[in-house]
Amino acid sequence: MSAPAKGKLKVYLGYAAGVGKTYRMLEEAQELRQKGVDIVIGYFEPHGRKETIAKTEGLEAVPRRPLTYAGSQFEEMDTAAILRRKPAVAVVDEFAHTNVPGAERVKRWEDVHVLLEAGIDVLTTMNVQHLESLNDQVFHSTGIRVRETVPDWVVDEADELVFVDLTPRALRNRLERGVVYSPEKAHRAMENFFTETNLTALREMALRHTAHEVEEKLDADAAATLAESPGEPPAASPPAGRAERILICLTGRPSSAILIRRGKRVADYIHADCLALHVGGDSHNREAVERHMSFARNLRIATHVIPGKDVSGAVAGFARAHGVTQIFMGRSAPLPWWKRYRETIVQRLVRQARDMQITIVAERRR
Amino acid sequence: MPSADSLRPNPEELLRKVQADERRERRGRLKIFLGYASRVGKSFRMFDEGRRRKERGQDVVVGALQSGVTPDIQEILKHIEVIPSIHTRHAGRNYDVIDMSALFRRHPQVCLIDGLAYDNPPGSRNPQRWQDVSELLDRGIAIITAVNLQHICEQQDQVERITGKRAANNVPEAFLHEADEIEVIDAPPDALLDRTGAKMIADPRSLAELREMALLLAADVVDRQLQEYLDSHGVAARWGAQERILVCLTPRSNAAEMLHSGQRNKLRFHGALLAAYVEQPGLRQHERELLDKHLALARQLGAEIHALKGSDFVDAILAFAHEQRITQLFLGHTGRPGRSWLVRSPIDRLIDGAEGFDVRLFPHEGAL
Repeated sequence: MSAPAKGKLKVYLGYAAGVGKTYRMLEEAQELRQKGVDIVIGYFEPHGRKETIAKTEGLEAVPRRPLTYAGSQFEEMDTAAILRRKPAVAVVDEFAHTNVPGAERVKRWEDVHVLLEAGIDVLTTMNVQHLESLNDQVFHSTGIRVRETVPDWVVDEADELVFVDLTPRALRNRLERGVVYSPEKAHRAMENFFTETNLTALREMALRHTAHEVEEKLDADAAATLAESPGEPPAASPPAGRAERILICLTGRPSSAILIRRGKRVADYIHADCLALHVGGDSHNREAVERHMSFARNLRIATHVIPGKDVSGAVAGFARAHGVTQIFMGRSAPLPWWKRYRETIVQRLVRQARDMQITIVAERRR
Repeated sequence: MPSADSLRPNPEELLRKVQADERRERRGRLKIFLGYASRVGKSFRMFDEGRRRKERGQDVVVGALQSGVTPDIQEILKHIEVIPSIHTRHAGRNYDVIDMSALFRRHPQVCLIDGLAYDNPPGSRNPQRWQDVSELLDRGIAIITAVNLQHICEQQDQVERITGKRAANNVPEAFLHEADEIEVIDAPPDALLDRTGAKMIADPRSLAELREMALLLAADVVDRQLQEYLDSHGVAARWGAQERILVCLTPRSNAAEMLHSGQRNKLRFHGALLAAYVEQPGLRQHERELLDKHLALARQLGAEIHALKGSDFVDAILAFAHEQRITQLFLGHTGRPGRSWLVRSPIDRLIDGAEGFDVRLFPHEGAL
């Protein structure tokens, strides 16, 4: 027997808790059920919200799986049980959730992938701030460093993305009325995360991201159509430029994470290839380098290592050999005053890679 | 400092701002539901909000309905008072005009207006419905209304390019910017096709393009509101979610490559493209000509051009970049080291001072 066709993924994207993502998702679930589709709830987080809970009425729920961790009881989605039940569609709340240690998979989106592979369609929810590539921008705009992130490609692969909108004012009204959280928690939330400026900034990111995904799908469809009928020239092709290829220079310094996210984001937007390179075998921060390399690989960036001390020479050589058009690097660490006569790596690279563009990424602070 | 004089508000401007703020205080709140195509569900969402407000004790009435009320909206209308519009005929056409005097007399807290883009017949109090709405707002009545992308005046050319159709009635985009709140009704095109039975625009590709336009329009409205809020609360400019690209032009820079890359990024990110040069008195004839050529290209590519004043190139550029919330700065370089190891080169100083934006260095032509 051949493997089942992969299930379709639909993501309801919001910008904060309480905008109505789960509600919209359950509305669709009810519509599907009424049409006779075999649909179950794989995971649902009620948060004590009455209107949302009411929307689950009549929907079959697969019981969660209890787990004990550090002496406490937790419940996670029971992926194996859903696979056994094998519905046509599963509703899975909170796509960005991290499972408790001891669960089969680290992230809920990995569980969702298992369901999709088994041919089950999935409806899910997430907030824009959980997108890896927006992490620094979110920190800059709101002062909050989001820890639970989802690599962008996971969301890019969704078949449908729907933006669930609510104005910040309406959301704050909901908080005040105690619809989203308990009054005490709501009050704290409104002073910290749920400020008008934070919410507005996040909402703009969600709008732009959804627009970007819509455009990417249009481009992909156009490319597919073109491939089917190669005889016809495209009506309006994007401005031609040479194929771009971005190289990210990794180090063990903490700013490398920002560099990776930024380089990948730019590469994705301009449709460039993206590579990462670390030069040197400096053993004192090998662990940090390895962490950054694996982070890059998680974002689907091909990583390379070149041993040696001549960083700028190795980078310039590698870039030339691989047809790189743009090198991304962090700012050089400031030199002590007695070494100021020395060239920094950035300066040396500018001199050695005169045929390439070099982008120096600044840290994003508050 | 660059163009600092032009940025400091003069007293008249301040006064105007204060008056505008006062007017806004007295004015009713305006909320607009924006959809990207007909029947995306924005009217239902608008009436549903009216229903919920009524349940919470607000005094809500309906001021305008569109023809062909769907059963789910009909259900809501059972519970909300409707101020009937005035039905007239003009030159063989039927019109429904908002009964302004009835609304003034009734003076509700909140008034629902479906179909914001509507031309009143000649001889009406206002030529267009959005002007009626503006008057109601001035009287302190809060308005909730709904409009489709194809009716936004400044978007109509592009909508016509996509759909081949142009809507007759329109609303200026400035009216959207006046709104206190704008909410987008988003749905995948497939769902829309299901719902409408593929009546209006059957092509899912066109629908997807309209959808993207509506999302970006809303993002721009939101971005501007955020900046206005930050300005009025004395919060220093900080990045929005929009990419803003600044190309620094000098006579010898490889301007064509920088500007074309900048334009590509602008299109890809749906960002803003700016080009700036620092005015230098001692420019030679051929340098002047080169710079003029660069500026002409920048203009042609749709860059917003700024002439900066300042004795120091780096200081002028840095101050301007921060003030303009730049996220990507493009700069040319010769690839030669600085004149002396005692003096930091302009590029090094620029990189050091680049707080919150990327610096992308382009080799000069012939720098090899």
